[in-house]
Amino acid sequence: MKQFFFRGGRQWWFALLLAIQSFGVAYAQSPVENTFLASVGALCNASFDEKGKIVEHIAQSGHPSTQPVLAAFLDDRVYCRNRDQKVFLVAPGPEDAPSVSLIDPLTLKDAGTASADDVTKVVTNNHLRRVLQTTLARFGLSSSRAADRLQAVKDIERDLNPGNVQLLRERSSQESNSKVKREIAVALALSDLDGSDAQARLAAISTLRGSLRQDVLNKLQSLVEKSSDGTFTESDEHIRKAAAAAIKSIESRRSFYSGVQTVLFGLSLGSILVLIAIGLGITFGVMGVINMAHGELMMLGAYSTYVVQMAMPGYIGSSLLVAVPVAFLVSGLMGILIERTVIRFLYGRPLETLLATFGVSLILQQLVRTTFTALNREVKTPDWMSGTLQLNEALSITYNRLYILIFTLLVFAALLMVLKKTRIGLEIRAVAQNRAMAKAMGIRSDWVDAITFGLGSGVAGIAGVALSQVTNVNANLGQSYIIDAFMVVVFGGVGSLWGAMVAGLLMGVVDQLLQPYAGAVLAKIFVLIALILFIQARPRGLFPATGRAAES
Amino acid sequence: MLLLAMALGFPRSSHAQNDTIKVGVLHSLSGTMAISETTLKDTILMMIDEQNKKGGLLGKKLEPVVVDPASNWPLFAEKAQELLEKDKVAVVFGCWTSVSRKSVLPVFEKDNGLLFYPVQYEGEESSKNVIYTGAAPNQQAIPAVDYLMKEVGVKRWVLEGTDYVYPRTTNKILEAYLHSKGVKPEDISISYTPFGYSDWQARVAAIKKFGSAGKKTAVVSTINGDANVPFYKELANQKISAEDIPVVAFSVGEEELSGLDAKPLVGHLAAWNYFESINTPANKAFIAQWHTFIKNPKRTTNDPMEAHYIGFNLWVKAVQKAGTTNVDKVIAALPGLETPNLTGGIAKVLPNHHITKPVYIGEVRADGQFDVVWKTSTTVPGQAWSPYLPSDKNIVADWVTLKCGNYNTATKKCSGQNYK
Repeated sequence: MKQFFFRGGRQWWFALLLAIQSFGVAYAQSPVENTFLASVGALCNASFDEKGKIVEHIAQSGHPSTQPVLAAFLDDRVYCRNRDQKVFLVAPGPEDAPSVSLIDPLTLKDAGTASADDVTKVVTNNHLRRVLQTTLARFGLSSSRAADRLQAVKDIERDLNPGNVQLLRERSSQESNSKVKREIAVALALSDLDGSDAQARLAAISTLRGSLRQDVLNKLQSLVEKSSDGTFTESDEHIRKAAAAAIKSIESRRSFYSGVQTVLFGLSLGSILVLIAIGLGITFGVMGVINMAHGELMMLGAYSTYVVQMAMPGYIGSSLLVAVPVAFLVSGLMGILIERTVIRFLYGRPLETLLATFGVSLILQQLVRTTFTALNREVKTPDWMSGTLQLNEALSITYNRLYILIFTLLVFAALLMVLKKTRIGLEIRAVAQNRAMAKAMGIRSDWVDAITFGLGSGVAGIAGVALSQVTNVNANLGQSYIIDAFMVVVFGGVGSLWGAMVAGLLMGVVDQLLQPYAGAVLAKIFVLIALILFIQARPRGLFPATGRAAES
Repeated sequence: MLLLAMALGFPRSSHAQNDTIKVGVLHSLSGTMAISETTLKDTILMMIDEQNKKGGLLGKKLEPVVVDPASNWPLFAEKAQELLEKDKVAVVFGCWTSVSRKSVLPVFEKDNGLLFYPVQYEGEESSKNVIYTGAAPNQQAIPAVDYLMKEVGVKRWVLEGTDYVYPRTTNKILEAYLHSKGVKPEDISISYTPFGYSDWQARVAAIKKFGSAGKKTAVVSTINGDANVPFYKELANQKISAEDIPVVAFSVGEEELSGLDAKPLVGHLAAWNYFESINTPANKAFIAQWHTFIKNPKRTTNDPMEAHYIGFNLWVKAVQKAGTTNVDKVIAALPGLETPNLTGGIAKVLPNHHITKPVYIGEVRADGQFDVVWKTSTTVPGQAWSPYLPSDKNIVADWVTLKCGNYNTATKKCSGQNYK
């Protein structure tokens, strides 16, 4: 029997008949129920093509259980009982549960439980899921939520057959939400373009002119293409002209938005560079300490995020907010520890500092490897950070990048406030400008050094929280960013926070502008070469420090 | 530190008695490849354990010699030399990346060792001293592209890879293959990114744009290592669903997905010769045995593990057939040997030192496992040299009659290269 089902691709109707017979005896129901049950029952041994046809039949049966059954199918919750090859829905539950609770597809009532080994899932593939989505979308059109209706229209658009077009037309007259209405108008215009009524086609083109979508553009472009023998595929000249004008309008707006998109990508990449560099801007820029362990302080921040998430498993959404102060403290205290035990003995000896901090970075890496193993740790992305902010059809930015951009600006503003408006900020600046004079004024300069280093390290920890959202968390995390951080600080001008800000964003944007032409690897090389040339011309960077400290 | 632990954990050769057969295990237990290779080390230890419970081999116990080349390619060669010359192992199971295999190849040929290499790779190689139990391109990449072309109707191709030898060679073969099938150059986009790349937003946006030209588009991914995690996250964030632009990966399996939320990835594809979800008695028993051995019922199995399972069984059979562990005699005994694989087929060693394998295409499901959506009707024999590359189409490998890994049928010469 199984063999027969598999091979006899076209004879699945016969299988249906058999199924009707066997089910008919048990239930003896109305013709609608019979068709429905028989279709569902044939799912067990069908090939993917046959399953597609069965879905069509279920959809046309008009049975009230149609929607729940198809929704369950899309959800991977349709199973076949091995013993009697009967189809059941299963209640949602954990994937590896030892037993599942069965639901009768006809009555949607509980039908007992079965061991997970006794049932086999009816497998779907991409094509079948697409069919299911389009079919289910017809039900979604009458949903009470506008967002569901919008998604339904988008799903239906992928398959504009006459039945679906009719459905959309009916919905169009009742639809109250303007977004959904516009989406339906575009869909109807797309289908009108294929019609024969010249007036309707012109009207369709003027509707489509307002769209930004690539598929609309493709459709319009097919109207003005020439076929291989040099004649236009579209015979009506008016339509060709209208289409050409619409294409021009859409393309010019699209190219504008794609420019905006590139700049946005650049800013988001740049904001990560800024975030990793401003901590260094304090330790290297203000104090003049070359801290090779700066990257490892970021790594500690990322691992703090991981630990915080482990500690509060039910609250992934808020764990990131908790992780920010935790990471600041962990990295900040580690920074103070490094300053007190190593760096303070080496002030004024940059080479020794470089070597010593490099050693510290290796120790920190190995410490993390021993504690957390060498494997990557998975830091979860909260729901509010996943997905895309769709500004319009040609312009979007992912939420994680957007939040990191905002976060960078906040951290930067906070740091400026600390340095400019607080007493400790004043003392930090005083020591940086003239240590001897600051000491004469009663400032404990060694204490200020420790605090400054802790502040810079803490900011590195905060950068680590952000990095945990865009890259893999492992012991090597810091190494891959430390060079970038030094580049930004040198480019911006040692000692200038504003310099780091401008330099980071600029480098991000230039990198993204080059990437489409040069590729990811070459773009980075070009940025580096440009930087070297720039430093030749202006050795002190974009915003050179001024005053007495700069001269010494 | 790990090295020390390994050295302490496993008794080394000098004190071992003569009545054991030494089996070398050359997999990275630290560094970037540790995530994948540690599992393979455990697989071989499990197989050895089981063989010893059955009474060993030729009346002797098997003794594992585990070394850690630490994801460091030159260190692979040093450790291989140590295994062959100092420990005098009868056979070595090891390597993952192609660059590590290229690194140990001269050592195995100089010292006449025997290496079982368990990972899918780019082909264009056949050594007397290596048995390739992973897939050659015609056992993974070509069938996957065929599936997308014929069953899914893909017309436009993005070949996205990490910048090193395996993706570059595979993409070279795939590009030649696609051209031969009439795909125009403007419908193929090839791009490489560095190891560990994480800033995927622009690349994924470019893929989205390339895929919106009105023709069905697919991404063939040879992205390797942990760069896959941010890549798939970005795909999910930019809402590229498998129904619109499917991504078929050659280096992403159950193990890689186990550290990832697979829900946004449902429907993306992977081409392998084995999936954990394939329901056969042999596979069920293997999974149960693995869970018992590793003492963790949540650990997944994957394709290279099956390759080691096959490789180990083949070696055992070859030793039994030859009646000795002498490398030359075992190598001579290997071609033609057969052993069942875990998915209900037969793996047979071919004269070119590759094996026959079935090809499966799986779609990712929400729990990180794969549903098989397509498979070859029979097993596919592995081809060492790709017929689609003009430079290699006359080259054949045959260690039984021709005794050559790169015989040129046009010039009738064994061109030799590094190996004779």
